[in-house]
Amino acid sequence: MTDLDALISTADVVVCCGSGGVGKTTAAAALGLQAAGNGRHCVVVTIDPAKRLADALGVPGGLTNDPVRLPIEGSGELWALMLDTATTFDGLVVANAKDSDQATRILTNGFYRNIASSLGGTQEYMAAERLLALHLDNRFDLVIVDTPPTRNALDFLDAPRTLTRFIDHPVFKMMMLPTRRGLRVLSIAAQPLLRSIGKVIGSEVLADAVAFFQAFDGMQTGFRNRADEVIELLHGERTRFVLVASPRVDTIDEARFFAGRLVEKNLGVSAIIVNRATPDFGAPEGQRPSSAAKVALYDNQAELHDLAVAEREHVDPLVKDTDRQPTWVPLLAGDVHDLDGLDLIRSLLFR
Amino acid sequence: MPPKSVNPLQFLTDAHVAIVAGKGGVGKTTVTAVLARAAADQGLRVLVVELDGKSALASLVGADVGFLALTPSAALAEYLETHGLGRVARRLATTGVIEVVATAAPGIDDIVVLGKIKLEQSGDYDLIIVDGPAAGHAITFLMAPANLLKLMRGGPIHTQAAEVAGLLTDPARSQVILVTLPETTPVNEVVETAQALTDGGRLRLGPIVVNAYDEGGDLPADLAPAGSTLRAAAEFRNGRRELHRRETQRLADELELAQVRLPLLATPALDKESIAELAKSLGMQR
Repeated sequence: MTDLDALISTADVVVCCGSGGVGKTTAAAALGLQAAGNGRHCVVVTIDPAKRLADALGVPGGLTNDPVRLPIEGSGELWALMLDTATTFDGLVVANAKDSDQATRILTNGFYRNIASSLGGTQEYMAAERLLALHLDNRFDLVIVDTPPTRNALDFLDAPRTLTRFIDHPVFKMMMLPTRRGLRVLSIAAQPLLRSIGKVIGSEVLADAVAFFQAFDGMQTGFRNRADEVIELLHGERTRFVLVASPRVDTIDEARFFAGRLVEKNLGVSAIIVNRATPDFGAPEGQRPSSAAKVALYDNQAELHDLAVAEREHVDPLVKDTDRQPTWVPLLAGDVHDLDGLDLIRSLLFR
Repeated sequence: MPPKSVNPLQFLTDAHVAIVAGKGGVGKTTVTAVLARAAADQGLRVLVVELDGKSALASLVGADVGFLALTPSAALAEYLETHGLGRVARRLATTGVIEVVATAAPGIDDIVVLGKIKLEQSGDYDLIIVDGPAAGHAITFLMAPANLLKLMRGGPIHTQAAEVAGLLTDPARSQVILVTLPETTPVNEVVETAQALTDGGRLRLGPIVVNAYDEGGDLPADLAPAGSTLRAAAEFRNGRRELHRRETQRLADELELAQVRLPLLATPALDKESIAELAKSLGMQR
């Protein structure tokens, strides 16, 4: 049984990590296709706004924030969705608000809209949040998630604390002060700071921020508890991490960096996929021919062979770091843009 | 219609600042290094600005090119420190203040970075090449001034946003060089990016750099015995070249921008020598 076979038969949650452009989304979808073929009820979550998964799955009209079931053969089910960060965040606010008035005050606040769309780590936070929601959803027994294509993709692991870290910070507590009593000392220190911040960003923008923190008061515990549940799931024993790379030096360095972070957090690497590998046809046989046309053929095979060998050497350090044998997927003549193409990748991953 | 032609050395001098942008994996940093090398080989005084703080750019281009590393968060921290928030902020932990400012005014860190680039523009360099932010951040980075101007009415950041917006939308002063690979998804993405930047940002787009283009015509696969590895290798290579031709043609059909091609080199690791070789190949494309 290969690492990938073991992965899709025993895991409840699979997280795919890797840098941009290595075929991570396609790999996530192909894993889902195999799992569903084996009878699992699988949902694949993509975060990439470039609609790559929709392309790869051939979903007409693209994917939405709600899971869509795909027409595949086999005993299981394959669903897919594209994460909409802001909608997911809004849902979390509504679920935690004490009444609809509090929810509305937050949802219509300009500062909140910035948090939902551009606070660093929000995308990773919502991906992790969605992972838990789907894990708890009875329709699915396997959730496969694709992480954002950044070096900070593993902030994913700490991301559930993004908002609580933010609201627990002394600066923000201070912004809630106007509604509270008895914290005079801090409040005095606070005023000049707020004034200075106001000078930089403008007093209206600052007033929005203060209004947000005041409206949010009382929801901290709900958000904190939810974050704890998400973190527990990410560290659970049925959650597995897959590294996806291509054999270029920079993406291998990136994959080694991810592997190091996972080991640091006591989360191992369960499998490695190396996409876009140069196919190796072996060294050309016999002597280099003398006719020009045949020389071109001979040199081509030799060049591909040398490149394939060099690529294997570049991947070696990752193999040593993780003690995992990668599954190699060769460079193909075209991109994956429908279910048949995805099935080809699936068959290459599960040879 | 064949892609518009461009003199690959001439375009570098069209504007003072060139911002190189592209999605992850397309070779944005390689292209930055090659353009810097090519410009320096022509005798230009070149400064490379690097924004994500991790690349090996400095070691790839050579000592005759200036190098400046800027990170958005450090630039914003420095800005706040010099704008009256230093002492108070330190007492209440700077990171929190930075986070609230950056969230209240998204893109403020990008504005500060662009402001620093603008300062360099009046300095000692003929050409400033910026290795733009990675992955999908390129559009938000380049649109930050326009978006922030909509959000704020006055204050020092508003002034700075207006100044850098002036720099970015002045075709004599700056251009955006988009990078892609000759493959389906990267071409789709670069077309989307180009449209977003010209529609919303009024930015000047320079030629598109098509990286890792497998040059050369079809190999005579028929000369090899059927079923041989020689034949399979030739057919594979022909398939890749056909894909590259088809996708660059589609790119030309969908975007009316000149293309500059960097040839595919047979190595998984680009070093200083390969960057120099690619820079020379630029000079030979006419």
